[in-house]
Amino acid sequence: MELRSNEFKARAAANLGDAKLQKGLGLIKVKAVVNRANAVAEFGDFEALREAGKEIRNRALADLDLYLERFEREATARGAVVHWAENASDACRIIVDIARENGVKKVAKSKSMVSEEVGLNEALIEAGIEPVETDLGEYILQINDAEPPSHIVMPVIHKTVEDVADLFHEKHGTPRKTDPAALTREAREILRPQFLSAEMGISGANFIVAETGSTLIVTNEGNGRLCTTLPRLHVAITGIEKVVPTLEDASVLLRLLPRSATGQAITNYVSLHTGPKRLEESDGPQQFHIVLVDNGRSKLLAGEMREMLRCIRCGACMNHCPVYQAVGGHAYGWVYPGPMGNILTPSYVGLENAVALPNAATMCNQCGVVCPVKIPLPDLMRTLREEQMARGLKPWAERMGLALWGWAAQQPALYALGTRIAARVMKWMGGSEKLIHRLPFVSGWTDGRDFPAPAGKTFRELYQRSKR
Amino acid sequence: MRVALFVTCLADLMRPGVAFAAIRLLEHGGCTVEVPESQTCCGQPAYNSGDRATAIALARKTLEEFEGFDYVVAPSGSCGGMIRAHYPELFRDDPATLKRIEALAGRTRELTDFLVSVLKLDSVPGNYTGTVTYHDSCSGLRELGVKAQPRALLAKLPGVTLTEMNEAETCCGFGGTFSLKFGEVSTQLADNKCGNACATGADAIVGGDLGCLLNIEGRLRRRGDLKTKVLHIAELLAGRGE
Repeated sequence: MELRSNEFKARAAANLGDAKLQKGLGLIKVKAVVNRANAVAEFGDFEALREAGKEIRNRALADLDLYLERFEREATARGAVVHWAENASDACRIIVDIARENGVKKVAKSKSMVSEEVGLNEALIEAGIEPVETDLGEYILQINDAEPPSHIVMPVIHKTVEDVADLFHEKHGTPRKTDPAALTREAREILRPQFLSAEMGISGANFIVAETGSTLIVTNEGNGRLCTTLPRLHVAITGIEKVVPTLEDASVLLRLLPRSATGQAITNYVSLHTGPKRLEESDGPQQFHIVLVDNGRSKLLAGEMREMLRCIRCGACMNHCPVYQAVGGHAYGWVYPGPMGNILTPSYVGLENAVALPNAATMCNQCGVVCPVKIPLPDLMRTLREEQMARGLKPWAERMGLALWGWAAQQPALYALGTRIAARVMKWMGGSEKLIHRLPFVSGWTDGRDFPAPAGKTFRELYQRSKR
Repeated sequence: MRVALFVTCLADLMRPGVAFAAIRLLEHGGCTVEVPESQTCCGQPAYNSGDRATAIALARKTLEEFEGFDYVVAPSGSCGGMIRAHYPELFRDDPATLKRIEALAGRTRELTDFLVSVLKLDSVPGNYTGTVTYHDSCSGLRELGVKAQPRALLAKLPGVTLTEMNEAETCCGFGGTFSLKFGEVSTQLADNKCGNACATGADAIVGGDLGCLLNIEGRLRRRGDLKTKVLHIAELLAGRGE
């Protein structure tokens, strides 16, 4: 996926003025946020569940190597083939090779953000293999000239039904319709033969279970189950951090994930894939390949962003982020938007390639309080800001401003004088309205807001006078 | 009880009345209030901008100034949260200072939290009459658990009717330097907040943090609303809300 994270400011500003986008984003507040709140309230002690989820993820990460080796042993013993991909191009090469060796011409894909991360569709197309996205949202994006998703769970949240109606009418050549059920039926009719004709199915994995060598996916549309059982090959691609020790652990996380993501107690489908089809079985692929992708994850494990690896990709952080709600996912310029993206994007693509992102948050910590595995997202963003400061990646004006202010704030007498002058100047600027309409150096504020003028004297002065 | 007032840099510069109101409320509750003279800023702007060295220097300065009081009270969840929730992290590698910082953090309270949880005020001196809506500031709410306290205090004013707005707990978009760096986004969030607040029909928007209040008022006035008052809860409770 093309990296455009350094365009955050401009794209965010453009999106604020996009009425259609705003209409789509409005649904997040009324649906995802409300549904999660209801699901959490209904559950009871969700806080204890979050704590348990955090503990499971921490336990897995503490001995990640051991659990991954265990996973490989168990999966292999059950007939699956485990592949290790150090980076994005490894992952693509491994999957293209599997496809080529098996004469695969068409791939039916279930939703996978890791496949977006490594650019799998582009690699398959280049190798002459046709990937067909079968998740409805991902399908819509694919036929819209491979538009990138704007949300990790609801990839087309930026589109309205009207957009989809136009798109289907244009691409399918069918009469335009706006009924969501009819649109879905139309997509189903087109996708059904694809499942049947694809030689390979590709899925992601929400978790992989060390104890049994299984991969696990949660879906609502059922396309995941078709992708993983109908074609003769199944390839699951996911990040190495997704391992959990036991099925018991997976079941705890399964109580957290759908509630946090969509407010469902459980998704319509939960599929556990353990080995390829056995002799006595009637369904399933003849080959089952599992591609475990590092692509920067082990580097995170050793550093200060380690806690980010607990992430179970529910999307609650973006759903609850006021900035994401206002600007949408495309503004973030890469695969992972919202607070999680503010950390993952600079971590995976380089801090210098996503300078704005760690700063693109008000630190309101709404993300931190809804995160099902208690990742302290604002703290991690702040740590990245510190790294930006250390590496000189912050704008000169900001660094100088901070340095000057920081120095003055440590000289109380000078600071008192400076504030006395500022209070008077700002009072004068405010005039009879007591409002400043334009302030030099802070047009970011005054372009859309007035600045309420102070009364003209600082508290310090008035207090000293009152004591005399 | 000797209480040190952490004035906050915004109250000092922009709205001294908030600090005077805080003093009045603390004295009303029987406290002896002292205002360390050399105080400036808690360091949060530096901390959240990634300038850890300056944040540590200002935290040390605050420690020197505010150590030794029974309590430190700030009319701000943001500054209060900085001292109470974040200062200890700044000294994680400095055990000697950490011990002192933790003691300071433990004695630091946001104003409304202090009035309700420590002083257990049964009356307040204000006499405001009108309908108000309350904006929950992020740091106060999510770092310090300030939610019921301001509402309990408002309930002690018989003339006040509280009408809750939608999304009262959603950020107003201020975020310190965020409001300057990402002006358009920040303005949009402030606009959302103004919309929700105005929809209640309240004649005053009340909150516990001047940063948010300046942001909300700034957007409100630019929207052309010159009527709705924007008040710090201390002003209202102390009878300085007009």
